[in-house]
Amino acid sequence: MRDPAFPHRHLLGIEGLNSAEINYLLDLSDRYVDVNRSAAKTSDALAGRTIVNLFFENSTRTRTSFELAAKRLGANVINMQVETSSVSKGETLIDTAVTLNAMHPDVLAVRHPDSGAVKLLADKVNCGVVNGGDGSHEHPTQALLDALTIRRRKGKLNGLLVAICGDVLHSRVARSNFLLLLTMGARVRIIAPRTLIPSAVDRLGVEVFTDMNKGLKDVDIVMMLRVQSERMRGSFIPSIREYFHFFGLDREKLAQAKPDALIMHPGPMNRGTEIDSDVADDVERSVIREQVELGVAVRMAVLEVLAKNAMAHNATSNMRRTA
Amino acid sequence: MSVAKPGRIAYINARVLDPASGTDGPGEVLTSGEEIVDVGKKLFDGKLPADVTIVDCQGHCLSPGLVDMRVQLREPGEEHKETLESAARAAVAGGVTTMACLPNTNPIMDDEPTLEFVARRARLLALTKVYCYGAVTKGLQGKELAEMGLLAEAGALAFTDATRAIADAQVMRRALQYGATFGLMIVQHPEEPTLATGVMNAGEIATRMGLSGIPREAEIIMLERDIRLVAMTDGRYHAAHISTSDSVEIIARAKKDGLKVTCDTAPFYFALNELSVGDYRTFAKLSPPLRAEEDRQAIVEGLKNGIIDAIASDHSPQDSDSKRLPFPQAAYGGSGLETLLAVSLDLYHNGDMSLIDVMRRLTCAPADLLGLEAGGLAKGRKADLTIFDPDEGWKVIADTFVSKSKNSPFDGRPVQGRVLRTVVDGRTVFDQLPAQSHTGEAKRATAR
Repeated sequence: MRDPAFPHRHLLGIEGLNSAEINYLLDLSDRYVDVNRSAAKTSDALAGRTIVNLFFENSTRTRTSFELAAKRLGANVINMQVETSSVSKGETLIDTAVTLNAMHPDVLAVRHPDSGAVKLLADKVNCGVVNGGDGSHEHPTQALLDALTIRRRKGKLNGLLVAICGDVLHSRVARSNFLLLLTMGARVRIIAPRTLIPSAVDRLGVEVFTDMNKGLKDVDIVMMLRVQSERMRGSFIPSIREYFHFFGLDREKLAQAKPDALIMHPGPMNRGTEIDSDVADDVERSVIREQVELGVAVRMAVLEVLAKNAMAHNATSNMRRTA
Repeated sequence: MSVAKPGRIAYINARVLDPASGTDGPGEVLTSGEEIVDVGKKLFDGKLPADVTIVDCQGHCLSPGLVDMRVQLREPGEEHKETLESAARAAVAGGVTTMACLPNTNPIMDDEPTLEFVARRARLLALTKVYCYGAVTKGLQGKELAEMGLLAEAGALAFTDATRAIADAQVMRRALQYGATFGLMIVQHPEEPTLATGVMNAGEIATRMGLSGIPREAEIIMLERDIRLVAMTDGRYHAAHISTSDSVEIIARAKKDGLKVTCDTAPFYFALNELSVGDYRTFAKLSPPLRAEEDRQAIVEGLKNGIIDAIASDHSPQDSDSKRLPFPQAAYGGSGLETLLAVSLDLYHNGDMSLIDVMRRLTCAPADLLGLEAGGLAKGRKADLTIFDPDEGWKVIADTFVSKSKNSPFDGRPVQGRVLRTVVDGRTVFDQLPAQSHTGEAKRATAR
């Protein structure tokens, strides 16, 4: 039977999840944080299951995090880094999906440079799929680990004031994060130059600021986004120097936030571009390392739930097939 | 295919719809050979001549065959997507008896031999009538003018760079000027390419889906610029598939100012909006992109008040390999020939336009724009006819299309209006008219 508290086959995004489902995943993740901090660090929840990391885009952190999560649950893990040439990327995508599906994996963790590509792949397979980041669309496990970090530090999400700063336009992290935070009752501000703010984003429920000093006023959380230079076509910002001057996080701008405001960053950081080392490494305020740690726990929770649901799904479809 | 000369055929018991003459009522049409010889309420007064084949229209509509002024061919060059034959068969299944095709074939129709190749192949097929646009610029590169005068002599109806905008203002100015020398119409894909770098309409939906947006201003800016150039050159300009409310206003103003400006739109833009992109549905990835609901409503309004002159299918066949891709990589375009009539009739069924007015946009209006003697039922005209039931309901199932490509954004949509018979030059080239008990002779009307 599928997990009644989280009955979805896939985790393709935060959009469509309700607060109970999000809390359920966060509670489960909390338990895995304890497991990870114990000496043994392992569970046999997914013994004999197969998890495939299918990455169409370079990644070290997310892939390692998924790999570690799967291994700590006792699963077999295969890493596939698929080089995407500019021609016939999509053929590779559907072909790869069909090929992998024939090997009966339980869960695929997929990253792809195109928005919607993970959903396209999920439609072609029988196993569970977790979106490890698709284009500028969503990165749900990142949003969950950010939420877990905040919840453990602040004891809640509801009612907090969160600023998401920087390249919102190209950021899947920003989308997943504000969708999750709004669902959980937080207030979200986005702060960026107008060239990096997606059109009509205010209609999704966020407040839009273009001045760091005003936007950071009294916030509980400061989330910095990476300036994704590899996604930049055309001139969004004139120079790194100018960007840092107006939108980089330093002590002075941070002073606008609440004195106990947390600093977060999904990594990898561009020091001196969007964040000053001085604040990034401030042990009192920065929870950037903790985010990485909790990421493994969140992915353990997600993989466990999806693997269970995948087994239930295949059991029912097998029954249907034999019937 | 054998092309037998048809004899005299009487289409009786019809609702004759001829927008060119304003006729809408019970009537009969008599054709002889390739031509219409008589149209009237009651032609035979009860005594039918023995040599006449009777086609009982059973009260269904009989109109001039549809004239589709914007169809993309894939032959020569991409026959795996559509051949001339599959396109022509799809056309007649859709009631289209004349289609004007874009020059973005491979090789490109920027010289006489390619144009003549297509014309000859189409003649041999003897299904729908195929006309071609010539390229405005060599290789559709937007730089040097193609041999427009010679292409026009070889049969090019008008000139366009197909799915590419003529972006360079100086080139557009010269194209309008040079075209005016010979009275040629320039058809623009109105979209500023430097703004149109996204994959769907810019706005809330695109933001939610993480897809890069094409702002509606890409179309608006190009239209405004072009209108200035038309005023400057006194050229003849036609904007294809307009999709925004501002576009309708711009065209309205240009017409009011007496400029030689016309436009068309496609069913996509009055029957669908950006929500059709839904869960990354690549069949709804079109160029221009599907817009917001307010824009869709403005396009309906533009058709109602006649600012938009014609409806064209904008048929853009794509094979499944080009569409079964992540949304940003998928090809643009939708199949349109076989749904042109039924989806356009939404305008009638929704109470926006009268039936004859919808048919005008599909027949004589585009024919007049292209200078074709088509789209009317006058005596002496070629017998290009469409018999259809405007009310019959059916569901679009793209897999059953005659066209080789099944990329319809209307897939699964319930529609009303079915083509029952299509006649080109007096010959029946598509027939789904139920068998007639009226007379055994009626069967002879079926050419294939």
